[in-house]
Amino acid sequence: MAYVAVSGGEEAIEESIRLLDFYRSGTDKDLETEAIENKLSLLVDRVMSEAGLYAKTLAVLALKQCEGSMEEAVFLLRAYRSTLTRNYYTRVVDTEGMRLTRRISAAFKDIAGGQILGATYDYTHRLIDFDIGRETPAALRRRIAETLAAQAPEDITPCPRVSAELKKEGLIDGFAQSDQAPHDVTVHTLEFPAGRSARLQTLSRADTGFISGLAYSALRGFGQAHPTVGELRCGYAELCLPYPLDETESVYIGEIMITEVECFNAADGKNQLGLAAGYGAVFGRSETKAIAMAVLDRELEAGGPYPAQDEEFVLTHGDSLEMNGFISHLKLPHYVTFQSKLDAVRKRRSAP
Amino acid sequence: MNKNYNFAFLDEGSKREIRRAALKAIAIPGYQTPFGSRELPIGRGWGTGGLQLTLSLIGPSDVLKVIDQGSDESVNAVNIKKFVALCTDVKTTTDARAATLIQTRHRIPEFPLKNGQILIFQVPIPEPLRVVEAREEITKKMHAEKDYAPMWLQLYESLMKYRKITVSTEYPCMVEGRYMMNPSPIPKFDNPRLHKAECLYLFGAGREKKIYAIPPHTEVVSLAFDDVPFERESFAGRKCRLCGSANTYLDEIFDAQTGGKFYQCSDTSYCQEVRHAPE
Repeated sequence: MAYVAVSGGEEAIEESIRLLDFYRSGTDKDLETEAIENKLSLLVDRVMSEAGLYAKTLAVLALKQCEGSMEEAVFLLRAYRSTLTRNYYTRVVDTEGMRLTRRISAAFKDIAGGQILGATYDYTHRLIDFDIGRETPAALRRRIAETLAAQAPEDITPCPRVSAELKKEGLIDGFAQSDQAPHDVTVHTLEFPAGRSARLQTLSRADTGFISGLAYSALRGFGQAHPTVGELRCGYAELCLPYPLDETESVYIGEIMITEVECFNAADGKNQLGLAAGYGAVFGRSETKAIAMAVLDRELEAGGPYPAQDEEFVLTHGDSLEMNGFISHLKLPHYVTFQSKLDAVRKRRSAP
Repeated sequence: MNKNYNFAFLDEGSKREIRRAALKAIAIPGYQTPFGSRELPIGRGWGTGGLQLTLSLIGPSDVLKVIDQGSDESVNAVNIKKFVALCTDVKTTTDARAATLIQTRHRIPEFPLKNGQILIFQVPIPEPLRVVEAREEITKKMHAEKDYAPMWLQLYESLMKYRKITVSTEYPCMVEGRYMMNPSPIPKFDNPRLHKAECLYLFGAGREKKIYAIPPHTEVVSLAFDDVPFERESFAGRKCRLCGSANTYLDEIFDAQTGGKFYQCSDTSYCQEVRHAPE
């Protein structure tokens, strides 16, 4: 009988989980964690970014555990994060001094410190390279090592932000320096109106697809006009902790790869046209997401009638766990509630 | 018990924080207390609010019961129980009278609960006013001002349009005459059980990050008009095909072989107790 299939679920669940192992087993070839970490690094970056946990080794295990499912990997990392005690908070990260691997401006040709194209897929032709299927990893490594050895390393000096100059000229509306402790949305409920720190944190952890789609809607007309990418930079930012025995000293604990973006929009200043900046910063090399975040930061600051400008709409619907969890919960049994709905419909039909 | 994880999974700091929110909720019956909801290995929308309450309250001497749609054996109830067993070593039971903590989705057990028992509800949407106002910023103000007119209006419109109040589950109620509360998607049938109960009711919404409570002996009144009384789902003339109860909430079941319909208690452990009770 149909009903039996949904109760007595214990055994069914066990078997279902075993079946997952069957799918995961796939082939005799193994997917080594070292290879995932180093060869699928953009995937790993995205998992860490949406999970809000910078932990490559764990992200790799998560991806391997769930057949490469984005939402499941993010889920695993987030759940693990809940078990960790927070021992320290780092000092505010100065991204101006980050070790750059890439830095471009769509606003100015010449910027102080220069443009560094770095690694980007932007100018590749998206043609499937059939040789990849026959590539030997050792040969590839050797070729890259030889190329590197033939080059003389060049010092990269920390660069001031492109916006710094415009701020000096008073052309851009900046946000006043704030020493207020940020509102941590992982510890406190997001409340509305939300502060900017809560907004930025939420956007930075948001599902890439969700915020990209929203930012796109803003560009297409459901929002302000086309913004300009003032600066996009990728690189390593240093993390430091206050030294417990002497708060004026810091202890360096490592660095994280981030992508940071500043977008400029035309904005009405006091009696004159001005510019306003939107900010985006995300874990890893995740440029579209960082730009989308900067676009939405600006849209939310400006406010307006469109979805991308509606704070509560944007900030409550983009969390990977929340959206996927609630959508998938529809698969759970709803016998009792549906029975109650049926009762209401029947009574309404039979009402005099 | 998996030794790689803390007792009851969450770190002690998080558990304490959740208990603090629960205490505040108990102090202000019906008020939705915000809390820093943690992510769990169970999906958001699958009972993580209830589960966070369970995990933060559970101790080695507790006895846990988990039900989903009234059933102890439903896949999600089994799964949640399995998870709690993985990170604690507490006893579980199906007997509603033997449990100290009961986590539930969509039902209140048929056996009346007693002093010392806590019923923990899984709540998808804690805000009763969400059906009339989408924005949290506004609904928060409405609660502050006790402005519940739009909800009353909606019930009235339903009466005008269908000659019946068509709200089925999540039927709103007033708690101690102050806060309007969403009792979670329990059927209206269960609403009267919230009123002046012996046990403590806790409601956890993980995705929406809210905890609320009905302490024992609290007045909980389902919304109704003076001339249109509150009405529950009715199963007049029907009874459970297994235990013969005619006063319980029934599941409607289709028999694949005969194409007929029959009825069965949604509270499976109650049904069993009735069947096995000595006359």
